[in-house]
Amino acid sequence: MCRIGAIKSNEYFHPSKTLELMRSQQKGHDNSGFAFVMQDLGGIFEPYKDLPLLSMACTDKGMRTAEDILHSIGFTRLYQWTPDINKTKEGLQISPMPNYVFEVFNYPKLYKYATKEEKEELLVDTRLKLRKALEEEDEGYIYSFWHDVLMLKEIGNPKDIGTYFGLHTPNKDFVSKIITVQCRQNTNYDIVRYAAHPFFLQGYTVLANGENTFYEKNKNFQKNLHKGYIGFESDSQCFLYTLHYVNKILKWPLKYYKHVITPLEYEEMITREDKEVLLRIKASLSHLEINGPNTIIGVTPDGTLFVTCDSKKLRPVVVGRDNKTVVITSEVTGINEVLPKRNTETDIYPNEREMVVVDNNLGIQRWQQ
Amino acid sequence: MAAVDTTKIDKQDLVWQIEHKSENCALCGKCVAACTFGAIKADVIRKREIISTDLTPNPKSVEKAIPVIKQVVTKSKNCVGCGMCAKVCENGAIKPVYNERHRMNVKYRANNAESPKRGGRTNLHTEGRTLDKIKVGRISQMTDPSLDAMRHTFELLAPFGRVMPPENLPLEVDSTGNLQLNKKIPTTRWIYPIIIGDMSIGALSPRLWEAVSIAVAYLNEVYHIPIRMCSGEGGVPEKLIRSKYIKYLIIQIASGHFGWNRIINSMPYMVDDPAGIMIKIGQGAKPGDGGLLLSKKVAPHIQEIRGVPKSDLLSPPNHQGLYSIEESVQKMFLSMNAAFKFRVPVSIKVAASTTSVSVYNNLLRDPYDIVGGFFLDGIAGGTGAAHEISLDHTGHPIVSRLRDCYLAAVHQGKQGQIPLWAAGGLGMKGTLAADAFKMICLGANGVFTGRLILQIAGCLGDDYGRCNACNTGLCPAGLTTQNPILMKRLDIDKAAQNIVNYFLATDIELKKLMAPIGNSSLPVGRSDALVTVDKNVAERLGIQHVC
Repeated sequence: MCRIGAIKSNEYFHPSKTLELMRSQQKGHDNSGFAFVMQDLGGIFEPYKDLPLLSMACTDKGMRTAEDILHSIGFTRLYQWTPDINKTKEGLQISPMPNYVFEVFNYPKLYKYATKEEKEELLVDTRLKLRKALEEEDEGYIYSFWHDVLMLKEIGNPKDIGTYFGLHTPNKDFVSKIITVQCRQNTNYDIVRYAAHPFFLQGYTVLANGENTFYEKNKNFQKNLHKGYIGFESDSQCFLYTLHYVNKILKWPLKYYKHVITPLEYEEMITREDKEVLLRIKASLSHLEINGPNTIIGVTPDGTLFVTCDSKKLRPVVVGRDNKTVVITSEVTGINEVLPKRNTETDIYPNEREMVVVDNNLGIQRWQQ
Repeated sequence: MAAVDTTKIDKQDLVWQIEHKSENCALCGKCVAACTFGAIKADVIRKREIISTDLTPNPKSVEKAIPVIKQVVTKSKNCVGCGMCAKVCENGAIKPVYNERHRMNVKYRANNAESPKRGGRTNLHTEGRTLDKIKVGRISQMTDPSLDAMRHTFELLAPFGRVMPPENLPLEVDSTGNLQLNKKIPTTRWIYPIIIGDMSIGALSPRLWEAVSIAVAYLNEVYHIPIRMCSGEGGVPEKLIRSKYIKYLIIQIASGHFGWNRIINSMPYMVDDPAGIMIKIGQGAKPGDGGLLLSKKVAPHIQEIRGVPKSDLLSPPNHQGLYSIEESVQKMFLSMNAAFKFRVPVSIKVAASTTSVSVYNNLLRDPYDIVGGFFLDGIAGGTGAAHEISLDHTGHPIVSRLRDCYLAAVHQGKQGQIPLWAAGGLGMKGTLAADAFKMICLGANGVFTGRLILQIAGCLGDDYGRCNACNTGLCPAGLTTQNPILMKRLDIDKAAQNIVNYFLATDIELKKLMAPIGNSSLPVGRSDALVTVDKNVAERLGIQHVC
């Protein structure tokens, strides 16, 4: 089982916290990768919150290809940051790419008066174009191209990946208020970087554990729904696309995500006042239902963090908190590392019919389906 | 020697030959009484024996009259192999034996100048059953937990009615952050993924029809299994139309419109809506043929319920006045929807054909959102009466056609919008749950079954030529007859009980198939759960080839 985690704080923190969170949950041989998404960035990226930030791992040729494409569209580079890579230590279990690129861009001049939606479309289109070009040449991976979001995915032992990127020691430059993280790659398919959680699309982040047994159903339905629903290297990408579709495309409130992925049983549904709506959702989106065993952690563009489970709660998850930080992760041992002094009586073990939602004031709500 | 007429039909030409052991016969006559076809008669044969009763040989010739049961040989009416004679014989003195070297295909046509007719399914087994070559091979083993069929809860429900594309749902967010429907849209109902259908009163005896109705009501009311039955094209008893149990019945309208005068006249008195409407275009067992109820079965009660005189009742092979798919939507779907004020799902049933995908694609573009189900019936389906030539030589297997329709919908991103229901030989081997489950994994929302119900109710026929005399009105089990005496051979309560029992077992078996793949709701389109050792099947259906 993959271990997944998310930390949301009202203060900026360094990804070293996520390594603390995940390493205590690590088991035996499943050290195949480490990946995280940072949202609501601080430190060196704080001045650029409204501008697109490119996260990419590539070869030199891949970098040239990507830059050519970006420049041809009209993006101009404003800021560039490269992690301080530890190339001296030997014996690290990691398969690094030659370059890790984190660059902030200005929008093309033509987009000066563009609406938010137009800019968002441009970012998705550009990312897909970059991905296609890099894939064709097998010269790299583009993880995200979005404002206030940074992503890194790498193959290898999480501890060694941390050493390689210098992530074990906190600093004030490389920080954010939300980080979602996973310490293992999907084992059902080839170990490829795109298959590593978390997954990200237009401000939505999702990571999950467990097999998506309705993968084929989900995928068949999603592949025609939106240009961004591609890849499907991992069966868990479906959870992200469903979240995006329900909340962003259909514009339904977040709580309906739960009604889509784990509809109530019919007998219960027909006793409810909102049965007409729920029955329609169940029928129209039956191909987006999931059937477990899964825990899903998600972040929406406004910074809301949530967790929910399959309808039989076949995977564990726990929510712990203190007054500065909320942590959601697979096993409580991880939270004990990060928040050892918290009041454990406030820990939440979500049930199969609820969504635990953390707002930007770290207020926690438990939504019963 | 005088000329022998070898063109005449004799016993060695027959499909079934009666084997009678006179030495075991008690001369009770039960077999003759039980044979509804008049295929045997009590007779006497002359036998000469040479005997010697003296101490020394003194042969004498003795003439004896031996009572026997003799097979009747006629041009058109012969033993069908139902085996009623053997069933009633306590001494095992008589039985029909299949004659592999029969010549009735030649003799019948040559002697009668007509095409042989019968009921049942195709009896030509020129290829194996595809579904038997498929196994549920994706078992939850450590990647995810298998479920427990006896402890976990499962939801076995399929949509019936038009399913709106999500982006077209008339939903808006109210001030409290809840979604509200702001417009009326056609009904979608959730029912059991197996429908009993669609066999008419007329094809079936009223007693069997009643038994099926009782079983359906019992499964719903007592076991809460929301199974539905389809009336077939033969009308509905007025008492049922006006009862609350109409909600379990899908009413069929076919090209003959039989019984619809009475249905329409009864509509003002309905206390509940029917489960749905099914427009029948074709039938898998005899595609391109219309309905056929021979006058032998058009008894007074059938004349009354259908509103017809005694005669052969032939539904035309097409709906008069419909010349296109679009027109069927505009005329039939709209009028049937409007008749029930858009509260009742209206579906369509067609025989599987190489054209099925085009039809389904076209219906998926239905601009009024009123096509509530696509029922696809394959070649191995059953019938009450058809020309043998149609039964054995026309039609299309259901499995690949269903899969094609599903994948066509997937290609357009419209899967599930018109629920797909499949039939045609499902449950042929008696294991309906396995067949249904595999079809669901291939993309069906549910399946429907008819012939199997007859077998549960006591049908003596099989798919290898036994009986299949549903068309004659002489059903030895009292199932497909309108003869008041023969009908009484059916014990209504027992038949109903057997149908209930069968579905209780099927319900458990479906769960026993869902549990190991880790699903508690129906795995519609989950073809990744299926494997086959047949490479052609794997390739054609897009499932994993294993060996």
